[in-house]
Amino acid sequence: MGTLSVYVGQVLSMLLAILVGVGGVAALYVIMDFLVGFLPDKAQKRVLPWVFIGPLLIILAFYLVYPTLNTVYLSFLDASSEHYVGLQNYIFAVTNPAMHIAFRNNLLWLVLLTSLSVGLGLVIAVLANQVRYETVVKSFIFMPLAISFVGASVIWRFVYAYKPVNVPQIGLLNAMLTSVGVEPIAWLVNKITNNFALIAIGVWLQTGFCMVILSAAIKSIPTEIIEAARVDGANGWQIFWRIMIPMISTTIAVVATTVVISALKAFDIVFVLTNGNRGTEVIANRMYKEMFSFLNFGRASAIAVILLLAIIPIMVINIRRFQEQEAIR
Amino acid sequence: MNARLKHIFSSTPLHIIVVLIAFVWTLPSVGLLISSFRPEDAVRRTGWWTVFQHPFNFTQFQLDNYIQVLTAGGMGHAFLNSLTISIPATLIPITVAAFAAYAFAWMEFPGRQVLFVIVVGLLVVPLQMTLIPLLRVYNRLGLSGSFLGIWLAHTGYGLPFAVYLLRNFIGSLPKDLFESAHLDGASHLTAFTRLALPLSVPAIASLAIFQFLWTWNDLLVALIFLGGMEKVAPVTIKLASMQQSLGQNWQLLTAAAFISMVLPLVVFLSLQRYFVQGILTGSVKG
Repeated sequence: MGTLSVYVGQVLSMLLAILVGVGGVAALYVIMDFLVGFLPDKAQKRVLPWVFIGPLLIILAFYLVYPTLNTVYLSFLDASSEHYVGLQNYIFAVTNPAMHIAFRNNLLWLVLLTSLSVGLGLVIAVLANQVRYETVVKSFIFMPLAISFVGASVIWRFVYAYKPVNVPQIGLLNAMLTSVGVEPIAWLVNKITNNFALIAIGVWLQTGFCMVILSAAIKSIPTEIIEAARVDGANGWQIFWRIMIPMISTTIAVVATTVVISALKAFDIVFVLTNGNRGTEVIANRMYKEMFSFLNFGRASAIAVILLLAIIPIMVINIRRFQEQEAIR
Repeated sequence: MNARLKHIFSSTPLHIIVVLIAFVWTLPSVGLLISSFRPEDAVRRTGWWTVFQHPFNFTQFQLDNYIQVLTAGGMGHAFLNSLTISIPATLIPITVAAFAAYAFAWMEFPGRQVLFVIVVGLLVVPLQMTLIPLLRVYNRLGLSGSFLGIWLAHTGYGLPFAVYLLRNFIGSLPKDLFESAHLDGASHLTAFTRLALPLSVPAIASLAIFQFLWTWNDLLVALIFLGGMEKVAPVTIKLASMQQSLGQNWQLLTAAAFISMVLPLVVFLSLQRYFVQGILTGSVKG
């Protein structure tokens, strides 16, 4: 019963915190709007928009703009941010062997995660499109999207579980291997398999996302076009490669850029399952280590800047696309 | 879907492949779910699929893992922490974004376009760029390890996407609506609360699901701003540290993992329609 009263207490303080936090923010706007009401009409018109967007601008300045600029500055300072060291942190980042492994792995993540998630997503979207139980199938593929990377790591830790040769395997993959007489593999430890094992988890999580978007794109292809191709004697493969793919190529690009960004930012899965050991390091995990384990803020900042630089080209594409959309509207 | 397109591939192999893919995709989760109900000894010694040797022997299942991990394991506490973090971290950014989105769509002020492009541009700044400076400020202000601190951090990170999504939605509402409201003497606040908000419910719903799942499932932001403090740790941190420290207490890990997934899965299954809607409109978030 002791624990129960602790829970009741915690639930109450939780509700209070939520109420104060959320109510406070809403009240802020109402009070400011009320105060603006005392201004002369003309001034009201000028001030009111800033009441509406002011909080947004302040929060973004504090949480995104200032820290980004500050991190760039810190990347030119030493470990404790006291002395200017020029490009030393960047030289470290591009010459250090551990960083090389991280770059290699992020490239591996980028290529494999993107091609497999988009490829599988597309294939499943096309196949599921042709069965009556499409919604159910798609739900199954889609479900992992609701699960956290950490939760997915636990799920897959069990799939990859390894026991010595003569003991019954408790991991699905090794049980399958041993049942056909192959020696079990320590998937997450073996340096040949571990990166692929980690990326596979990412694919499992992201394919559903790709599938949903690509499926919607496929459904928007006009029937007449497919019909015309069929009349001209095109078979399923030709329709897929010559008509579907070209017609949804923009969507494929959109999905791919999103997955590319998540590949570049890969962190949780690696952090939880291997912490970058045995050749599985990635940039984001390396940055976390420099920051928290080695307390080298200069190097950590430089690594973050490199991550940003890798993402900027994609950012440009995203903003361009946004402006195109605006132009159409 | 049109009927003709359905038959571009032949059918029996098609059904087999589709069902097989769905099966393979679900198998890992099913394995974990079954394991979470098995006793410690069984989890350690045999694979979860061995339960199907005696499918009707229900004594091979028990709730001990759940009971142990919820009480002694502190997972119940972590669950409430996750709720305390996620609910405001969902509602606050939506409130802030909705006001701003209305202003960007229906109010005149200098720099409107430029500011909006900057906000959208911030979409792809990786979290990592912000961590060190923010952590320093947080330590100075005493915000580290506080709920307020992590609410605001999630708000900051979630806002560009939220503004982008809501601005597009609120901006596409019919113009006459707002004009006639203003002719009737309605203030902007009234037009916002009585017109823009109610009409944007679908967009707000999908945004809320997104932001909720994102904050509930987040590990990195919590690691940084809650500083690994047990008292405020959410389920993801708890689960990560269980994996790193206990290592071999597998049977507890399974139950803990499912407790951490239950709410997102319920949200997902019950609101799937909005979720898909949100994904389709907002696929730009990195």
